[in-house]
Amino acid sequence: MNYNVDEKGYYGEFGGAFIPEMLYPNVENLRQQYLKIMAEPSFKKEFNQLLKDYVGRPSPLYFAKRLSEKYNTKVYLKREDLNHTGAHKVNNTVGQILMAKRLGKTRIIAETGAGQHGVATATVCALMGMECIVYMGEIDIARQAPNVARMKMLGAEVRPALSGSRTLKDATNEAIRDWINNPVDTHYIIGSAIGPHPYPDMVTRFQSIISEEIKWQLKEKEGRENPDYVVACIGGGSNAAGTFYHFLHEKEVGIIAVEAAGLGVDSGESAATSVLGKIGIIHGCKTLLMQTADGQITEPYSISAGLDYPGVGPMHAHLYRTGRAEFIAVTDDEAMQAGMELSKLEGIIPAIESSHAFAILETRKFRPEDVVVFNLSGRGDKDLETYIKYFKL
Amino acid sequence: MNRIHQKLQEDKKVLSIYFTAGYPSLNDTVKIIQDLERNGVDMIEIGLPFSDPLADGPTIQASSTQALKNGMTTSLLFKQLKDIRKSVSIPLILMGYFNPVLQYGVEEFCKKCQETGIDGLILPDLPLDVYQENYEAIFKKYGLVNVFLITPQTSDARIHQIDTASDGFIYMVSSASVTGSQDGFGNNQEAYFERIADMKLKNPQVVGFGISNSETFLQATKQAKGAIIGSAFIKFLTQNGVDKIGDFVKGIRK
Repeated sequence: MNYNVDEKGYYGEFGGAFIPEMLYPNVENLRQQYLKIMAEPSFKKEFNQLLKDYVGRPSPLYFAKRLSEKYNTKVYLKREDLNHTGAHKVNNTVGQILMAKRLGKTRIIAETGAGQHGVATATVCALMGMECIVYMGEIDIARQAPNVARMKMLGAEVRPALSGSRTLKDATNEAIRDWINNPVDTHYIIGSAIGPHPYPDMVTRFQSIISEEIKWQLKEKEGRENPDYVVACIGGGSNAAGTFYHFLHEKEVGIIAVEAAGLGVDSGESAATSVLGKIGIIHGCKTLLMQTADGQITEPYSISAGLDYPGVGPMHAHLYRTGRAEFIAVTDDEAMQAGMELSKLEGIIPAIESSHAFAILETRKFRPEDVVVFNLSGRGDKDLETYIKYFKL
Repeated sequence: MNRIHQKLQEDKKVLSIYFTAGYPSLNDTVKIIQDLERNGVDMIEIGLPFSDPLADGPTIQASSTQALKNGMTTSLLFKQLKDIRKSVSIPLILMGYFNPVLQYGVEEFCKKCQETGIDGLILPDLPLDVYQENYEAIFKKYGLVNVFLITPQTSDARIHQIDTASDGFIYMVSSASVTGSQDGFGNNQEAYFERIADMKLKNPQVVGFGISNSETFLQATKQAKGAIIGSAFIKFLTQNGVDKIGDFVKGIRK
C-alpha cells in the first residue's frame, strides 16, 4: 500500500485539484515546479539554514519522565512548541515563502483560524520583506486579539472574512477569492495539509522535518529509529502529516491521529471528521468532510480553534480509510484535563490542540516497554484565556 | 438537438441571466424564469446555492446564504422545476458547485436534469480532466452540455484543449476576478476579447463576470456570441423584488 501522493495528486480516492479554471494557471505552475524547486541545492541550503538559525531547529525530543511513570509506558515529546512563533506552523511558512520567491511572487496571502498560521506567515513575510495579507474570520478576530496584534506588529494586514460562518472555513474561501482576483503576483500560503494538489503534499514535505528529526533523535536515546507509536492531534492535519510522514511505510510503527470530539462525537458540537464526515469536495480537494445530506458544508465545533475545520487533509482521509492510522476522538473536557496534567507533571503548558493528543493516555493503554512519541505541536500561551475561563484560574 | 445548440445558431447576440434558486424567496424560481423568458432573455443559468461558493463575490454569496436559509435544496429545486417545460422553451442551465451534485449522485443528478428539461451544466470546480475521465459519458448519456470556463490567464494551449472538450459554448470569464467585482471593461479586456476572437474556436463564446448594463453587454458581445449577467440581476432583485423583472431586461437590451 502506498500512503504518499500519486502522480495524479491522489491518496487512494482522496485528493486531486477541484478548482475553478481561474486558479488553474497558478496551481498548475506550482504543481510543475514544487518538487524541482525543493530539490535545488540552493533551496535546501537556505531552508535548512533558516530552520536552524531562525526557527531554532532541531526541536528537542524530550523523555517525559513523570508522565511516563504515571502511565507506565515510555512517553517522548517532540517539542514543536519551542519553535520560533510557538508552534510547528513556521516549518511550512519558511518553506513556502522561499518557494514563493523562486516562483517570482511578491505578494503573500494566507488564511488563519486561531491565528497561529497567520502569525507564522506574517513572520516570514517580515523576514523577506514581502507584502502580507491574512484572512481571518470576523468571529476569530474577536476571540484571538493577541494574535491579531502580533500579525499587525509584523506588518501584515488582517482582513476580516465576513461571509458564511465567519470562521476558518470562510477565511479560506476569502483567501481563495483573493487569489482568483490577483493571479499574477500572489502566492497563497495554505497552512494545513489541505487544498488542491500539490498543497497537501507540499505542506506535508515541509512539515516532515518533524519525523525526520524524531528518527535520529530516537536512535540516540533508544538505539532505534522507529518508535512503537507516533501520536498527533489533527484538524486539517499539518502537524500530524509531518509527524507521521517518515513512518508511514514503517509497518512496526503504530500511527494515532487524535481528533476533537468537542462536546462529544454525537452531540452535534464536534469536529471529529473521520466519524462524522462523508466524502466530498472542500477547498479544492476530495476528502472526508462534515456536510449536510444536501452537500452543504457544516460548521464544526471544538474548544480548540486550531482543530475546528470541517474537513481533514486527504492523506489522513486515506490513512483512516485504509486502517493505517488509528483515529481517536477526544472531548473538550478530556483535552483540558490533559493540558493541566502536562503543565503540572512536566512543567509544560501545551496548546489546547496538542492537549488533545495527550488525553488519549487516559484511555488508550500502552505496554511498559512501548516507546510512544507525541507531537507537542504548540505552546499554550495563546490559550491562556481559555484555560483561565475553564479552570477559573 | 439540444436547445443550447439551437439558440446559439440564431443570428443574434445571446443575453443570458443568472439567478440563485430560492432567492429572494424560496418559491420565486418558476416566476423568475417565466418573467425572464417573457421579456426576451435568451438563456438562463439557474444557480444551485452552495455554502462555500469560492468563485463568487459578495452579491452571489449573500444570495446563496439567503437561499439556503430559505430552505433551498437540490431535491426541492428539481420539484419546483418539474413542470417548467410546459411554460418555458429557452435553454436552461444549472450552475453550481460540484459537491452538492456529488452528494445527490452524479448520474441521478444528470437523469433528473434530463427529466426536468435542463439543457446544460456549469460546475466551475469540476475540472476538465476529472470530467473527461469520470463523468463525460454520463453527461452525454442524458443529453447535457457541460460548459467550461476560460480566463485571461488561460494559455492558448489550454483554451484549445477546452475548445476540443466542449460542445456548446465556452464561458469566457472577462477578467481575473470573482463574480460581481468590477464595472466596465478596460483595455486589458478589449485585448483579451480580441485575442480569443482571433483564435477562431469551434465553440461560440459567452462572456461572463463584470456585465451589469447595456454598455458592458454591448462591449462584451462585440466579438463574443453572448453575455451572462449575474450579480447585477441579483442586486436588482434585492432592491426591487420579483415584480419588475421586465424593467431590468429592458435596461440591458435597449
